[in-house]
Amino acid sequence: MRFSGFRVFKEAVTGHKGWKPLWRNPEPKPAYDIVIVGGGGHGLATAYYLAKVFGQARVALLERGWLGSGNVGRNTTIIRSNYLLPGNQPFYEFSMTLWEGLEQDFNLNAMVSQRGILNLIHTDAQRDAYRRRGNAMILSGADAVLLNRDQVWAMAPFLNFDNARFPIKGGLLQPRAGTARHDGVAWGFARGADLAGVDIIQNCEVTGFRIEEGRVKGVETSRGYIGAGKVGVAVAGSSSRVMSKAGMRLPIESHGLQAFVTEGLKPTIPGVITFGAGHFYVSQSDKGGLVFGGDIETYKSYAQRGGLPVLEDVVEGGMALMPMIGRARLLRAWGGVADMSMDGSPIIDRTPVDGLYFNGGWSYGGFKATPASGYCFAHLLATDTPHETAKAMRLDRFERGYVIDEKGVGASPNLH
Amino acid sequence: MLIPHPLLGPRDAGEFTYLGDARLLERPDGLGPDAPAAFHDYVYLRDNIAGVQRELWFHEQGDRSWLVVTRDTLTHEILKAELARDVVLARKEAGK
Repeated sequence: MRFSGFRVFKEAVTGHKGWKPLWRNPEPKPAYDIVIVGGGGHGLATAYYLAKVFGQARVALLERGWLGSGNVGRNTTIIRSNYLLPGNQPFYEFSMTLWEGLEQDFNLNAMVSQRGILNLIHTDAQRDAYRRRGNAMILSGADAVLLNRDQVWAMAPFLNFDNARFPIKGGLLQPRAGTARHDGVAWGFARGADLAGVDIIQNCEVTGFRIEEGRVKGVETSRGYIGAGKVGVAVAGSSSRVMSKAGMRLPIESHGLQAFVTEGLKPTIPGVITFGAGHFYVSQSDKGGLVFGGDIETYKSYAQRGGLPVLEDVVEGGMALMPMIGRARLLRAWGGVADMSMDGSPIIDRTPVDGLYFNGGWSYGGFKATPASGYCFAHLLATDTPHETAKAMRLDRFERGYVIDEKGVGASPNLH
Repeated sequence: MLIPHPLLGPRDAGEFTYLGDARLLERPDGLGPDAPAAFHDYVYLRDNIAGVQRELWFHEQGDRSWLVVTRDTLTHEILKAELARDVVLARKEAGK
């Protein structure tokens, strides 16, 4: 079943009787070539690219709950490639190019909207840092524009330009960045993977790995044993819990991250605006709600909810940046569990167990990476070599001293 | 979230700075033969338990003592708070 304007019209005049479920609900087979653990954005994208690009025919994806019930449905939907370090930026730019062709590729409207991201500048030092970042972005093939105060004013006159502590002096704009509909992304990858022959098995929790002589043979699940030539784990948020079943300790700590949305308002905010100095960022959804967030919780948590101190900190940032936000009523707040790695950057790599591969540590920035994460993890699973843009994202980089620390705060997962 | 400080009574968690797993009290021997591996483990690897764990909190906006807090990371329930100093001294006693 393909989606098209013609199809929507035809269904409209025939009573919408022709729509079918977007994916099958198959029983697990005894064995597969590749088993993906985790039916979030990254797991679904991995299964999709494994089947579609790398020609793998016997692939299963196991999900403990329902598809997209974790962080892919809990983020603030921002897509961007405005990183600094050479270990990260080419990967995120690869992801950005995949986003640009994604909807045509998997034939579902994921509402990818390239409305730009603006990082605000308040000091000369910050302008220098953003100029350097913009140059790093351009070197990787991405786009970046340094704006002065008047240019930011033209875009967003409602900001508080004369805040005594953080007056706005300019901004770094990435015009190609934007937002996407997060649930649509999960559904698109799931449907695409299913059409390409992947068995998507929901309500199937992995309870253990069968490992013989240092090699993985399959996974024990709540629906019985499933044999596997290779197993790829993509369960960010629960990485430590799942990998501990294979006897591994990870350079990861789990922290809660909250997000908030207001009631629907008329179009106000032109793109995504970040106020790094005040720990606040905001965009406006297509329904009109202002979607915003800030820092992670300071302490470790698996609770999928946040505390009031961070809420207070975020809304203070919001009031400082755009005082008019005080007139909007908060509609919802929610939380997810972020896999905070020890340098704030992700891991896509083999593990010490043969045939067992790991994808995680996405910290609070996993959504934008979804297509490239899936593509690079599929590349690694299918070819046993890392994708060109993910070569630095090694599990053993901490031991070797090759951390990718964008923020430069060291092994403090609550500060990245 | 309130932390039951052993000397000061219940204090708001906002007064504290969080460090992480209380295993960080067990610093490896920097001159030992396996020091590089032991320090990689100490600095970077975590058990990251979903459930009850012991962790280090620093009363930065208070009496500047380090506490070992026993907390459930699934529910945020705090079961116990001890002075880190007492925990280390008790361990040394037991080791003697």
